[in-house]
Amino acid sequence: MAETCDSTTLLVIGGGPGGYVAAIRAGQLGIPTVLVEGADLGGTCLNIGCIPSKALIHAADAFHQAASYAGESPLGIRTGAPTIDIARTVAWKDGIVGRLTGGVGALLKKNGVRVVHGWAHILDGKSVEVDGGRGEPLRIRCEHLLLATGSEAVDLPSLPFGGSVVSSTEALAPPSIPEHLIVVGAGYIGLELGIAYRKLGARVTVVETAGRVLPAYDDELVKPVAATLKRLGIAVHLEASVLGLADDGRSVRMRDGGGAESVLAADRVLVAVGRRPRTAGFGLEGLLLDMNGRYVRIDNQCRTSMRNVWAIGDLTGGPMLAHRAMAQGEMVAEIIAGKRRHFTPAAIPTVCFTDPEVVVVGMTPQDAARLGIDCISAHFPFAANGRAMILEATDGFVRVVARRDNHVIVGWQAVGGAVSELSAAFVQAIEMGAQLEDVAGTIHAHPTLGEAVQEAALRALGHALHV
Amino acid sequence: MGTHVIRMPDLGEGIAEVEVVAWRVQPGDAVVEDQVLADVMTDKATVEIPSPVHGTVVALGGKVGESLAVGAELIRLDVEGTGNAPAAAPVAAGEPAELPHGFEPEPERAEEAVASVAAVPVAAATAAAPAAPPRPVQAPAPRPAGERPLAAPAVRRRAWDLGIELQFVAGSGPAGRVTHADLDAWVAGQRRGPATVSDGRYTQREGEEAMPVIGLRRKIAERMQLAKRRIPHFTYVEEVDVTELEALRVQLNARYGDDRGKLTLLPLLMRAIVLAVRRFPDVNARYDDEANVVTRYGPVHIGIATQTDAGLMVPVVRHAEARDPWSSAAEIARLADAARHGKATRDELSGSTITITSLGALGGIVSTPVINHPEVAIVGVNRMVDRPVIRNGGMVARKLMNLSSSFDHRVIDGMVAAGFIQTVRGYLECPATLFVE
Repeated sequence: MAETCDSTTLLVIGGGPGGYVAAIRAGQLGIPTVLVEGADLGGTCLNIGCIPSKALIHAADAFHQAASYAGESPLGIRTGAPTIDIARTVAWKDGIVGRLTGGVGALLKKNGVRVVHGWAHILDGKSVEVDGGRGEPLRIRCEHLLLATGSEAVDLPSLPFGGSVVSSTEALAPPSIPEHLIVVGAGYIGLELGIAYRKLGARVTVVETAGRVLPAYDDELVKPVAATLKRLGIAVHLEASVLGLADDGRSVRMRDGGGAESVLAADRVLVAVGRRPRTAGFGLEGLLLDMNGRYVRIDNQCRTSMRNVWAIGDLTGGPMLAHRAMAQGEMVAEIIAGKRRHFTPAAIPTVCFTDPEVVVVGMTPQDAARLGIDCISAHFPFAANGRAMILEATDGFVRVVARRDNHVIVGWQAVGGAVSELSAAFVQAIEMGAQLEDVAGTIHAHPTLGEAVQEAALRALGHALHV
Repeated sequence: MGTHVIRMPDLGEGIAEVEVVAWRVQPGDAVVEDQVLADVMTDKATVEIPSPVHGTVVALGGKVGESLAVGAELIRLDVEGTGNAPAAAPVAAGEPAELPHGFEPEPERAEEAVASVAAVPVAAATAAAPAAPPRPVQAPAPRPAGERPLAAPAVRRRAWDLGIELQFVAGSGPAGRVTHADLDAWVAGQRRGPATVSDGRYTQREGEEAMPVIGLRRKIAERMQLAKRRIPHFTYVEEVDVTELEALRVQLNARYGDDRGKLTLLPLLMRAIVLAVRRFPDVNARYDDEANVVTRYGPVHIGIATQTDAGLMVPVVRHAEARDPWSSAAEIARLADAARHGKATRDELSGSTITITSLGALGGIVSTPVINHPEVAIVGVNRMVDRPVIRNGGMVARKLMNLSSSFDHRVIDGMVAAGFIQTVRGYLECPATLFVE
């Protein structure tokens, strides 16, 4: 029996991007709020996901760029062969993470949110026990319970995590760069890290059960990424599956599409086959909530089947993205504060930080066809964009998808260097209900990659200027 | 044979735990649909848990006096068919029927919503006549059911704040986009009344909302049903001239209002009832129709029907016979406040021996009040109006008010009821007598 018992209006379990945003917004709205987090604030995103992976990718790109100057380079720059101290790289990455998580803590404090460190255990829909590891657990009662426990990497029964078999978490803080890394799974996490490791000097082999890399994306978008894999010398085995570690405990046994078995030499294996919602270990089962497959079922206000128990983020399904969780968290806080809100985004952008980057917002032409919506789509290639030439990143294109009848834009996709930054323009156009004419009639700065956005809209209208 | 698990329902009172006060069944008992299985008590109400199915009780979720968390397993039944829980894993998916709110699944893919933007020609509604009243230039055809309106995030948010369903607002923007101006026009139209708006009034509306009857609402429903099923009501309406009473009330408030608080008519009516039941003790009673006993009470505990956000509650002014009008008024105010804030205790919500129901200015001409079972009488107050009355051959303006009262005709005869109400009327029409007896 817990000795102490506190009470609050809103209790948030999980300090990731969903949970901490909900808590900050609740604090701004004057709702007494407690946030419980057993690990560091910031969750997967800040500590072992988005931020550290992009940091590692940036370092890998810089190193790769420097290495390209060791010899002949088109820019006329010539340097010696660069070296990298991976421990320093990781320390630099940890510095960024520390600044951000510290910032989250400061924002929570500024907004009057009480942060309780420890692992929460749900007693019922109104009370939670927190084991801070020191003495008696703390019991907290609340009017509203917000579940924001996120997700965790899925392992393979044939390749359980441990030893040289690592998840993305360990791969983001490597003690050293392995000689030969095998990446199991060619989704965005596997490819982002595989490409980064390759640029940092490892030999990289990717094994994927599907027939192509980035199976969630369409062929046109994937083609420039596949070309980079080839250019960088990353071996890709498609329609292949891993059977387990070989006898040496490091290499991996693989069966290819034809059924032939072989052994891939490796000294580290990254398993990146997906993530699953974190639903176990904190008493969630005791609430008997309705589930949607493995996910907690929610409605469009993030209500679960139990009154005043809310759920957001990866726990509730896909797309498993920090920005979805943040938007949901903000909304739940506002609903609890008495405002009328619904989670009805017109689009949630998806970005893949591979080389080149891939952005998908809204519907692809295939989605539109599947839904029976008569759409026009048009590309504008970066090969015809001055800024892309200057950045030595002419692979890729911007693609727009719009309804044929009223020209309302329903989707944007892009693949190319630094196109992640274009996602802001894409999603804004869709949320604002922009038509092709709106984008075509907006002056875009020259010389920027953004001109390709305007040109794609012009091309869909049949009068592109630069292609 | 399957297993049907009944969970402690979410009574919607913001409580985590509900106490089991009685089991009506034991393991091994066969139960039929709607049979009451258990009584559970929150700090506000006692609720009967009926069985939704036929079956046999396998296990009870706790002992009497034990508090169970909302959602915890209350009782387990063996039922024909598959039941709602795999026998091996009792912690199974919940029962959608018990969802506490209209459950609208999150859209699978947000993009699909964009897909359903109504196809309105691009050329529609481009130039608005500047001098025209703020309304869409062209009212596009209503969107087909299920199609989502096209609007920027700021417009959507403002519509939520204004409580406007965007789906019913005609969009004047390109491609039928709903703009801030469209919202302004909608709001202005609502204010001016239907004659001046052209948009949305004749929009076909779709959808239905299932409102679960739970918590206090279920309690009210059960008690109303009980009263109407068991009690043969007999309603008696009489007109009361309250001119003198109002004059007295105004006087009292002018003289003592600052010190003792303002009086409404209610405490004076309570006093009249207290005096009248001395002559008609049969109406200040509770009838146990199973034991065939009518219990008359010495004290007059008057229930005051009170509207709260959650629904009708009847807090009780105890020992009204021992209170002067100001004390009654203060007690009514205190109880009404407690009831409205959900802070009324069980004792304050039970034990009345007669009840008053008053809708104040909304009292209407006549009402047919439902008796607060197991009481035998309820007095309803209708609206007070100024009416011309013939007195001594001349017409004078008098304040008149009807009292609509219901009695349990099993134990109260018409003569008694009429005598009681006439006595109340006598006191009210000659208010000095309220204070001399």
